[in-house]
Formats: sequence, C-alpha cells, structure tokens
Amino acid sequence: MADISKDQVKHVANLARLAITDEEAEKFTDQLSSIIKYAEQLNELDTDGVEPTTHVLDLKNVLRKDEPKEWITQEDALKNAPDKKGDYFRVPSILE
Amino acid sequence: MSLFDYSIKELEQKLHNKEITVTDLVNTSYQRIEEVDDQVKAFLTLDEKKARSAAKELDEATVEERQHPLFGIPSGIKDNIVTKALRTTCGSQFLRNFDDPLYNATVVEKLNEAKAVTIGKLNMDEFAMGSSNENSSFTPTRNPWNTEFVPGGSSGGSAAAVAAGEVLFSLGSDTGGSIRQPAAFCGVVGLKPTYGRVSRFGLVAFASSLDQIGPITRNVEDNARILEIISGHDKMDSTSADIDVPTYTEALTGDVKGLKIAVPKEYLAEGVSPDVKKSVLEALKVYESLGAQWEEVSLPHSKYAVATYYLLASSEASANLARFDGVRYGVRSENAENMLDMFKMSRSEGFGEEVKRRIMLGTYALSSGYYDAFYKKAQKVRTLIKNDFDKIFEEYDVIIGPTTPTPAFKIGEKVEDPLTMYANDILTIPVNLAGVPAISVPCGLSDKGLPIGLQIIGKYFDESAVYRTAHAFEQATDHHMKRPQLGGAN
Repeated sequence: MADISKDQVKHVANLARLAITDEEAEKFTDQLSSIIKYAEQLNELDTDGVEPTTHVLDLKNVLRKDEPKEWITQEDALKNAPDKKGDYFRVPSILE
Repeated sequence: MSLFDYSIKELEQKLHNKEITVTDLVNTSYQRIEEVDDQVKAFLTLDEKKARSAAKELDEATVEERQHPLFGIPSGIKDNIVTKALRTTCGSQFLRNFDDPLYNATVVEKLNEAKAVTIGKLNMDEFAMGSSNENSSFTPTRNPWNTEFVPGGSSGGSAAAVAAGEVLFSLGSDTGGSIRQPAAFCGVVGLKPTYGRVSRFGLVAFASSLDQIGPITRNVEDNARILEIISGHDKMDSTSADIDVPTYTEALTGDVKGLKIAVPKEYLAEGVSPDVKKSVLEALKVYESLGAQWEEVSLPHSKYAVATYYLLASSEASANLARFDGVRYGVRSENAENMLDMFKMSRSEGFGEEVKRRIMLGTYALSSGYYDAFYKKAQKVRTLIKNDFDKIFEEYDVIIGPTTPTPAFKIGEKVEDPLTMYANDILTIPVNLAGVPAISVPCGLSDKGLPIGLQIIGKYFDESAVYRTAHAFEQATDHHMKRPQLGGAN
C-alpha cells in the first residue's frame, strides 16, 4: 500500500464533509501516512478463511412492531436547533 | 476525613441512623468542588440548584421512601452521557450550547430511580477520543495526585472527580480503555463491563461495537453495587444483552483459594516500566498468599490490537459522527452560503484536531478500494484477538496484568505524536476488541508517587469473578486507602 497523497487527503476530507486548509491537509498527509503505515503490520498475519468479527455477542436481528408512540414533540425536536422557521429546521439554500 | 472516605454501605447506615443528611452529602460535593476544581478541572457543568433541591426532598422522605440502593449518593456523569435539560457537550465545541437535551440516557434514568443525586457533568477528551484529557476542547483535566500530570482519558474527569473526593462515584465510558486507564492513573477503581451488559441508549456513540458505560469508585464494593443498578436489558438498545443481572456484591467473599490466574507474558514485556512491573508482581504474590495460583500464558495477537482498534474505532466513528451536521442541534457556522458549505464549515469549526484526524482515518479505511485492505482485514484480526482470549478462558478464571504500561505522563508530553499516545492503550484495547469485562484497581505508587493500576480481565458476563478477585486483593492490601494531597481538607 502506497503512502497517502495530499490529493487523497483532500478527497477524503470532502467525503467526510470537513473543510480543511492547505496547511491542515499537509499535516494530515504526514500523520495519516504514518498511522496507515503502522496499520500495515496487520498484513503480516494470514487471515485467509478467518471470519470477520463485526460484533462480539451472538445477536440476531431484534425486531419490534412498527407502532407509533409518544416520544418527543415537534416543539421539543426544534428547541436545540441553530435555526428554525415555524415548524421546520431552516438551512441555507441547497441550489445555487 | 471526608464523608466520601466512607463506602456507600456505610453512608447508607449513617443516613438511616440520621447521623447525616443527604444535604450534608451534597454540601460535601460542592464544597470540595469549590476547594479543588480550579486545580483539577474535572467538571464542565454543575447542576447545583437541582441537586440541592433534590437533597432537600430526599431528606424529607419517609423510611419506606428511603429504601433505594443509592439513596442520596452524589454522583458525576461523563459528558457524553445524555442528561435531560442538563448541558451535554461530549467535551466538544460542537455541542458547547447543547443546553437542553430531550431525554435521559437509560443509565441516568436508573441512577435517578435508585435516588442517586447528579452533581454535574464531567470533563473528557472530545467525543471520547483520547488518552489524556488534553483533547477536551474546554480545558484539560489534571491529575489530582500531581496537577502537572494527565489524569488519563477519555473519562479523565470521571476518574479525577472521584480521586479528588468531589463525588462518591461517577460513570465513564470505555471504548479502548477510557474507564480503566484514567482509573489507573488516578488511583481509583474503574470497570468496563462485558459488551452488552449495560445499555448504551443515550451514550453519544463513538465506536458502537466497542463502547460500554461503567462505574468509577473508590472501592470494589461500591463499584459492584453501581453495576447492579445500571446493568440489564433495555428495549431502547438492541445490543444490550437479555441476560439476568447477578447480585454482584454477593460475589465479594474474599475467597480466591484455587482461583486460576493467567498472566500474559506480553503484558509484562518490554515497554512496561519497571515500577509497574514490580507492583504487578507484588500483587501476584498477594494472590499466591491467598491461595490462588498463576501461570504465564500468551496472547499472541495482542501486539496487533492497537492497529486493529484504530482502524475499527475510527471507521465506526466516521459514520457515527456524521450526525453532527449543524441542522438539528449543536453549532452552525455563520460563514456558509450554501448547505454543503454549512455542513463542512460547521464540522470544521466545531471539531478538534484529533476528532478530525480519526474521522479522516475512518473515512479513508471505509472508502472504495481500501475497505477490504483495512476495515475488513482489521475485523478478521479482531477474530484472532478474540480467539486468544477464548482459548485462555478455557483453562483459567481470570487474566491479570497491568492496566497501563506506565503511570501517568506529563501534560504536553505525548500530545504531538498520535502513535505514541495510541500505544498507551496497548493493554486495555484487546479487552474491548474481545468484548470481555475488566477492572482496574490501585496496586501501588510509582517512584514519582503516582498511582499504578492492576487490570483483572474476566470471561463474558462474569463480572462476579472480576469483582471477587479485585475485592480479595483490596481486602489484603491498603493501596485503595491512599489519597492524593490536594489543597483543602481531604
């Protein structure tokens, strides 16, 4: 696995919805490269035929009936919002 | 002597005999906070008005109404555990104005039902990402034993508040060692339960397959008592286990005769400091004298645990933290002109550097073309690490080693190098990857007078054996009686 490039770092930042400065991109490139290099030690291990563990307990899907119940009110849902209008969250325009 | 030098059981008796009131207990908390929190900086938010009126109400309760397991006991809650109408920041600027959460985490509901009193919310590394509390976006918590040193993290505020005598117990969360490591650094008792033992509903998610809430206390008995209360199945958390909760305090018999202890050689290898090694070997001698036996074993894949953990935890975090978008709660950048910029700028202005670094790492590890090489590979290695534990537990009752390779380090010492900081969690991380329970109990002081933690790891859902083992050690030694010398009465 090659080192991560500065362009890749900027691409990943966009995927993660983070705005980073050129200076930050530089720093992350160095730091992520060394972390990823460190993580490549896992390639020393032969994991052919090993099942991946996503979860340590033997859990099955937990299902319930889809029934409405009292939870939070619309007023409650809006009270921590940075911006709202009437019964809605307000956000900047999506289209230019 | 402070009232918080007594156990919960002793305080229960004193309350019953009317030697003390709940108001006395709550006063003890706020008085101590007034005296020392300028130095320790364990608390982010206090709930003084509500706590005082709750105390008053409890003091007027009838004898029948007093029959609650944590009646009147002052507690602190890590600030990533949601408390209704009480500011919950996760140590992040992103949530600095999240003043009015809509509900209580299940653990908080359970503490309320047990009639514990919430004193306030405790400082932490931002979104629980860190091992020193230096990633708190407000102010770093300091180690009560020496305020030039870190208290550990990410539950650094939770451990420091108990060590400094500001509350009788606290709740923390542990994803890669975040309860046990600060408990070790601050000389208190901290347990990470089996994954699924305690509901995560209302715990702001960092890495959902690893996170667990657990108690931090001054002694093992108090710890067991709190776990009894916060454990159990919760229909609001489908990963909580539907398994009966034992009466953990009944396991505290003091008897470890015939107990089979495994000591992984990797846990006393190079990198573990001489004073830590010495304290652990002395602890093993104590167990021998109590009739337990120990043998050296191997956890051959433990050296891969840190790399595995950082890939998996960061991947899960990158998904979990996508919810912080500046729309429904938290901060919103005022500089954005369109929606996409609003997401990006709100997140960039609201998150600190370590959080951004881990979101970046996780996003990279999950991105197309790298998923198999990093994320899936790490999940397979996780299986190998889990198998190492399963194999040892076929023959042994508990695993014992140090909680951390060294005692607390100085503030600023490791902050520039993420990998050195990550290596600090090498002895706690394998436990989260396997999902088994583990405790840290005080087992001595370093050359510099800083606490050292002994880690006891148990089988799945066998917290009883972990507590029994820890309690027997505590009964035979006096390490847990030592207190830091901070300003003010202790």
